[in-house]
Amino acid sequence: MARKILLEHDEIPGIETYAVYRKNGGYKSVEKALKTMSPEQVVEEVQKSGLRGRGGAGFPTGLKWSFLAKPEGVPRYLLCNADESEPGTFKDRYLMEKIPHRLIEGMIVSSYALGSNLSFIYIRGEYMWILNILEKAIAEAYAAGFLGKNILGSGFDLDLRVAPGGGAYICGEETAMIESLEGKRGNPRMKPPFPAVKGLWGCPSVVNNVESLASVVAIVNDGGDEYAKIGIGKSTGTKLFSACGNVSRPGVYELEMGLSVEEFIYGDDWCRGIANGKQLKACVPGGSSVPILPAHLVTKTAAGENRLMSYESLADGGFASGSMLGSGGFIVFDEDQCIVRNTWNFARFYAHESCGQCSPCREGTGWMEKVLNRLEHGNGNLRDIELLEDINKKIEGNTICPLGEAAAWPVAAAIRHFREEFEWHVTHREESQSRNYGLLLKESLMH
Amino acid sequence: MVKITIDNVQVEVEEGTTILNAARKIGGEVVPPAMCYYSKLPGTGGKCRTCLVEVAAGSEKDPRPMPKLVASCSTPVMDGMVVKNKTSERVHENRGAIVEFLLINHPLDCPVCDQAGECHLQDLSYEHGAEKTRYEEERRTFDPIDIGDKIKLHMNRCILCYRCVHVADQLTDKRVHGVLNRGEHSEISTYIEKAVDNDFSGNMIDVCPVGALTDKTFRFKSRVWFLKPMEASCACDKCSGNVLLWMFGNEIYRVTARKDKYGEVEDQNGKPGWICNTCRFEKKSPENWKIIGPRTINRHSVISQGKYISPRSNSTKNISNGNK
Amino acid sequence: MSNTEIDIRKRHSEKPVFSIEKMAEIQSLISQFPEGKHKSAIIRILHIAEEEFGGWLSIETMDYVAEILSIEPIEVYEVASFYTMFNLEPTGKFVFEVCRTGPCMLVGSDSIISYIQEKLDIKVGETSKDGFFTLKTVECLGACGYGPMLQCGKKYHEHLTKEKVDELIAAYRSGEFPK
Repeated sequence: MARKILLEHDEIPGIETYAVYRKNGGYKSVEKALKTMSPEQVVEEVQKSGLRGRGGAGFPTGLKWSFLAKPEGVPRYLLCNADESEPGTFKDRYLMEKIPHRLIEGMIVSSYALGSNLSFIYIRGEYMWILNILEKAIAEAYAAGFLGKNILGSGFDLDLRVAPGGGAYICGEETAMIESLEGKRGNPRMKPPFPAVKGLWGCPSVVNNVESLASVVAIVNDGGDEYAKIGIGKSTGTKLFSACGNVSRPGVYELEMGLSVEEFIYGDDWCRGIANGKQLKACVPGGSSVPILPAHLVTKTAAGENRLMSYESLADGGFASGSMLGSGGFIVFDEDQCIVRNTWNFARFYAHESCGQCSPCREGTGWMEKVLNRLEHGNGNLRDIELLEDINKKIEGNTICPLGEAAAWPVAAAIRHFREEFEWHVTHREESQSRNYGLLLKESLMH
Repeated sequence: MVKITIDNVQVEVEEGTTILNAARKIGGEVVPPAMCYYSKLPGTGGKCRTCLVEVAAGSEKDPRPMPKLVASCSTPVMDGMVVKNKTSERVHENRGAIVEFLLINHPLDCPVCDQAGECHLQDLSYEHGAEKTRYEEERRTFDPIDIGDKIKLHMNRCILCYRCVHVADQLTDKRVHGVLNRGEHSEISTYIEKAVDNDFSGNMIDVCPVGALTDKTFRFKSRVWFLKPMEASCACDKCSGNVLLWMFGNEIYRVTARKDKYGEVEDQNGKPGWICNTCRFEKKSPENWKIIGPRTINRHSVISQGKYISPRSNSTKNISNGNK
Repeated sequence: MSNTEIDIRKRHSEKPVFSIEKMAEIQSLISQFPEGKHKSAIIRILHIAEEEFGGWLSIETMDYVAEILSIEPIEVYEVASFYTMFNLEPTGKFVFEVCRTGPCMLVGSDSIISYIQEKLDIKVGETSKDGFFTLKTVECLGACGYGPMLQCGKKYHEHLTKEKVDELIAAYRSGEFPK
């Protein structure tokens, strides 16, 4: 299951330069697409590949591309979402730092497919050094004739630019990102109209994640059917997972979808188990907004089957006993971690990152943060737990953008699976300030 | 033209009309409340979420229901769409939740607020709010800032509807205030000490759904329900000169634009009847005006209903009689 | 607090002016966007302005950026106050931005934050007496597998330990650029 497509050659010295990248088969997909394929054929291959958006939503990329409006005389834009900010996620960063040309190559063929002559990479402002890496690589690609006017004599022109954000998680939401690219506050837009109809500067636009666009390279090179053979079921291809938290070997891993979660956490090729010889307590498998799973539901589904690293398997059981693949930010909690503290931490994150535009999110995220802060610090009541559940329900589905759900789900799931730990913070206020329930639970189990 | 059904009432509207405007065409009970949408200000809407409705059938072609409640002010109608507002328990419950969200950080200082009596948040709380708050945290407050001698900004009461920002963008030649900061710290501000002063800036007061922007020349002078609204006009070279005077005896306490039942300025001579600052703030003497006559306003306010009946309980007993 | 007090805290004593080279760079960044879409360059220009004019954005600096982009100053204030990377008040010479979000917390960011507070004798949000360091906590910086971590300027410092924090502080103080 160790299969490298995206990170192929990531260990070759100098792979970040055009010369080395090209020598190792780089830009072949541009040659193939521009010389032998029509834009429609590229779109068709991507549809056949079954590639699903790697940013978190998992929406089929080819289908998204097919929605793009193509009115006469109006420019279209391809926008790369490199605003990687979902806690637990640091995969795009690795790809861009190590193999910047891979993203650029993917953007050229994708821009060709969509008919974009000016494409942008919107990168989070904190990744300023990666912006420099990308701009250097883009300059090399211009010099080599892969960007600019009449690329490879095909008649296709493309300019590629990088634009930084200024520190706002919400700009990972595609319409907020577009607002930010227009030089405004990152307030998500009301939908409809969707970006495919009215996006950047009111023109049809497609927003894709870094990893999705980089994956297009292999799809064009090998064909969509070949790509679809990799992986399992509707989870085709390889996926980057960024493992963090209490694992022995955190980092970015590319794996073929379908690897078992158990292998990923404990296998020698992967995370090598829980750090410091401890036990697994819980796992958030797809970035902080997806539901947390208690240990017994991490490696197995509720039905007792092996849980796999795929969209379907990670979601098996729905919200009752499953989670989501999300962005691939794989956060592991050891036996000593406090779920209440972590839930408060995540709630604080979402309250901090709410744009403040719509009332349920602006007020609801702040409210949840304050209640959880009290619970964590020994000032909570049992009714606060029900209150949290209710605030959750009132935010979910009522907001302009998905940040509402992103804020609501982690709290709902933590209470669903670790209710007794929340209650313990109320019934053992003082004790909860000096020790964690995780440890306590383990002790009581041993006696 | 497309056909749409709202709370079992059918109406025909032009394509591209929003659900809210289709409902307004029907009028009465089926109209969802709107705190941020303002039909005379393009670009407003979608933010407060009080106008959420249930779409029970998307369209004739695709009659599936929409999974989430939608903002009626910014969702266009489809032919054969079926919408539930008053008839939806889900809408009732979630609207109550939105009202709660809007109130948790609101100072609830109606007794000293000039907006009381014509405040949309007050109305909404009356219709949908709970009797007790579940909010035990400290309420958010902002440092007061001075935005000039005509308009009082009371940020603690603001619900961030963005209407005043659109007024500044669309009616004045230069916007000096806006929404600063982020999330629950978002605030209406000028950032630097600066007066919001412009021929049409006073319209910010008229569009504000709450008491966040009030008329300084009227501050604490009287409660609105003690005043008699009189239609009046004057020859003005900046605006239509068609206003509403709020009078007590022969004294003019306040001048506002003429508003419709949704609290929006009425059209005057085919255009939105925004009034200029000279008419609003300077002309406080009866000699300035040709008084046309008293106006009977369909007052939507809590106080003008005359009796306090809780719409949530089915009680018809009058609270002022001591019965709850 | 009166308006005047707020204003003083956010003002520069003189009007900032970009060097000819920086101005050329800014003009080229603006020209990356189609005609009439120059406002799109605002965030990048604010980053450059912050770097050029003392590590923070004063009212004068933001007004200057508004002038360059031919937009109203309020449009710049709105943007600058939305994005958390921008400092709207003066900071120390170096700003330590320590990630406090979940994945970093799981591997000990809390104790790193307390250690820096103790070491520099300041609380989060404050600047050390010598004016060298400002300590801030920030949300996830995308270094979750390499925590605890902090960002200083453009640089990420990862896998932090108390010893590493000591080294960092010493290196920044001595003027060496830490690795």
